[in-house]
Amino acid sequence: MSSEYLVEVKDLKQYFPVSTGFMKKTWLKAVDGVSFAIKPGETLGLVGESGCGKTTVGRTLLRLYEPTGGEVLFNGEPVTDRNITQLRKGMQMVFQDPYSSLDPRMTVEDIIGEPLDVHKLYKTRAERRDKILHLMELVGLNAEHATRYAHEFSGGQRQRIGIARALAVDPKFIVCDEPVSALDVSIQAQVVNMFEDLQDKLGVAYLFIAHDLLIVRHISDRIAVMYLGKIVEIADADELNDHPQHPYTISLLSAVPIPDPKITRQRKRIVLEGDVPSPMNMPSGCAFRSRCRYATEKCAQECPKLEDRGNGHFVACWNK
Amino acid sequence: MNNEQNEFKKNPLGVQIDLSKFELATEEEKAQQEVMSESTTFFKDGMKKLMKNPLAVFSIIMLCIIILAAVVGPAVIPYEYSEMISVNGRRDKTAKNLAPFEWSKNEQKVIDGGEKLFPHILGTDEQCRDYLVRVLYGTRVSLFVGFFAALLVLIIGLLYGSISGYMGGRVDLIMMRIVDIIYSLPDTLMVILLSVVLKSTLAPAIEGTQLAKLGVNMISLFIVFGLLYWVGMARLIRGQILSIKENEYVLAAQATGAKSGWIIRKHIIPNCLSVIFISTALQIPSAIFTESFLSFIGLGVQAPMPSLGSLANAAREGMQSYPHKLVIPAIVICLLVLSFNLLGDGLRDAFDPKLRR
Ligand SMILES: Nc1ncnc2c1ncn2[C@@H]1O[C@H](COP(=O)(O)OP(=O)(O)OP(=O)(O)O)[C@@H](O)[C@H]1O
Ligand code: SF4
Ligand SMILES: [Mg+2]
Repeated sequence: MSSEYLVEVKDLKQYFPVSTGFMKKTWLKAVDGVSFAIKPGETLGLVGESGCGKTTVGRTLLRLYEPTGGEVLFNGEPVTDRNITQLRKGMQMVFQDPYSSLDPRMTVEDIIGEPLDVHKLYKTRAERRDKILHLMELVGLNAEHATRYAHEFSGGQRQRIGIARALAVDPKFIVCDEPVSALDVSIQAQVVNMFEDLQDKLGVAYLFIAHDLLIVRHISDRIAVMYLGKIVEIADADELNDHPQHPYTISLLSAVPIPDPKITRQRKRIVLEGDVPSPMNMPSGCAFRSRCRYATEKCAQECPKLEDRGNGHFVACWNK
Repeated sequence: MNNEQNEFKKNPLGVQIDLSKFELATEEEKAQQEVMSESTTFFKDGMKKLMKNPLAVFSIIMLCIIILAAVVGPAVIPYEYSEMISVNGRRDKTAKNLAPFEWSKNEQKVIDGGEKLFPHILGTDEQCRDYLVRVLYGTRVSLFVGFFAALLVLIIGLLYGSISGYMGGRVDLIMMRIVDIIYSLPDTLMVILLSVVLKSTLAPAIEGTQLAKLGVNMISLFIVFGLLYWVGMARLIRGQILSIKENEYVLAAQATGAKSGWIIRKHIIPNCLSVIFISTALQIPSAIFTESFLSFIGLGVQAPMPSLGSLANAAREGMQSYPHKLVIPAIVICLLVLSFNLLGDGLRDAFDPKLRR
């Protein structure tokens, strides 16, 4: 079965058990029915506030967590516990925190070489070294630094090491979990550009997670907006930018700075009121209801589904 | 205007930065930013820091001296720890309680006759045995107990702690409650009680075997360590493993397709190794101290085998006339315990700065 899509996520769910007092348990619905698909070589941006479940989507997608429900197809093949080790050669991850994602007791060479060691992707030591040096060159690291330890590098360089490690198995798909949000603004652009260069060279597809719309808009072909474990809007990057429809997306976009003081002054910033509700105690119906200016009776009763509004633009909102 | 600017510049309390002092970085300087400092491995870096710590260096030297003396000393000195001084094949009763460097009457005669004898550097005890040999041998016993008790504690604690930490969940919960219970027992009291009970039950069991040579007390001492003292180590290792498990590099290894065995071998063990070493080093003095204390109250090693604690105990009676016999083993205990503690602290500061608080 071949499919147009490289990765298909269908109704993915991830509930974490949380104990609330003695012998009592509730479920924290970190991801609650998320569906999307990514074509080969494409970038899907995933934005949302901190704690809305972006990281959990990425990790559940890669089976780092056992999903509570739903299905992931890779190359049209369902991902199961049985074939996951093999499939890991096709999908990789770049982590959010460049400090804790590299083992402090390992040299750069060993960190980048770990996937090669795990999957035994070389025959001789020389071949291993060649591959590692090639990867280091690919991400712009100096080959002389191969024998150094991760703590000797800056945040940007560490993130490059993490990217080289992800690329080692020659994957077709990489989950980039806020790969630049821990970095200096001046370095963010460099690293984002490197992601784009790598995509051009290697044809990998990305799920690019960020809480910053500005970066996502720059790199993504399509963008999905998440709120409290659900996708509320998904569309082409330009379409979403020019015609946002979900009230949450509109407020996010209004907060993006525009480098023109005239426009900025005229523009109205929509500041969301209230806090994000706790994912353990979500409002009934539409999760965004507690902060939405357009909320009606219906929003309280029923949860809106993602529906097609043309142009590949999907929105989950009762308000049209 | 000009004047104003000058005054502005001279204002001693101004916090304005004088821009003329700054220049643009040249290309060369920019390139220098890229060059990294000399690479050091984790071990080299730690050793360098350790060698810069004067207390740690002092303790290493001290320990080397004591260990060397305890190992080589009894071989060089021509007296045995249980041997009563004899002259020309006959027991020398006059060699009782000699002062340092004193000769007994019989020995003096032999020396006057032109023969050479090895001096009693620390004198002799009330049973005519060379005291220096006894102190050195006692040090050896104390060190032996210290190392092996620490090793025992390490093995039990490591196994227990790593199982508890890695399994997590309910297993962890139950295992840690057991630890809590053992932890809450008053350990000095337990040590004494166990020693007394084991002494009476073990003695018939081991009679005639190799173990009997070690003495019942020594064996019960190790059992006490094995039963009680591993809990601290187990807790420490469990905590370490729990915190290492949380690191994203473990998740990253999982994402590359690594199995549990690989992750434990390549990530978890190397990352808690330094803590294991350090706490084992700190366990040694505590074991030495406990052994000395038990020997001092008569529950330690079997006579005639000396240990630092039993030597001090034996010296109590003649404390007024021969204070050096009490002071010397006491000083050796102090030096040993102090040096191991200082070394452990030094190791911790050098290899695991996070653990300091
Ligand atoms: N292993 C876990 N066990 C229990 N709860 C978890 C776990 N991981 C995440 N959560 C909870 O799930 C929710 C979503 O977390 P997640 O890390 O996916 O958010 P995020 O969108 O990545 O946020 P950020 O932008 O801060 O990285 C949070 O409320 C978090 O507390
Ligand atoms: S469904 Fe109702 S509450 Fe939810 S975003 Fe739309 S209008 Fe607001
Ligand atoms: Mg996250």
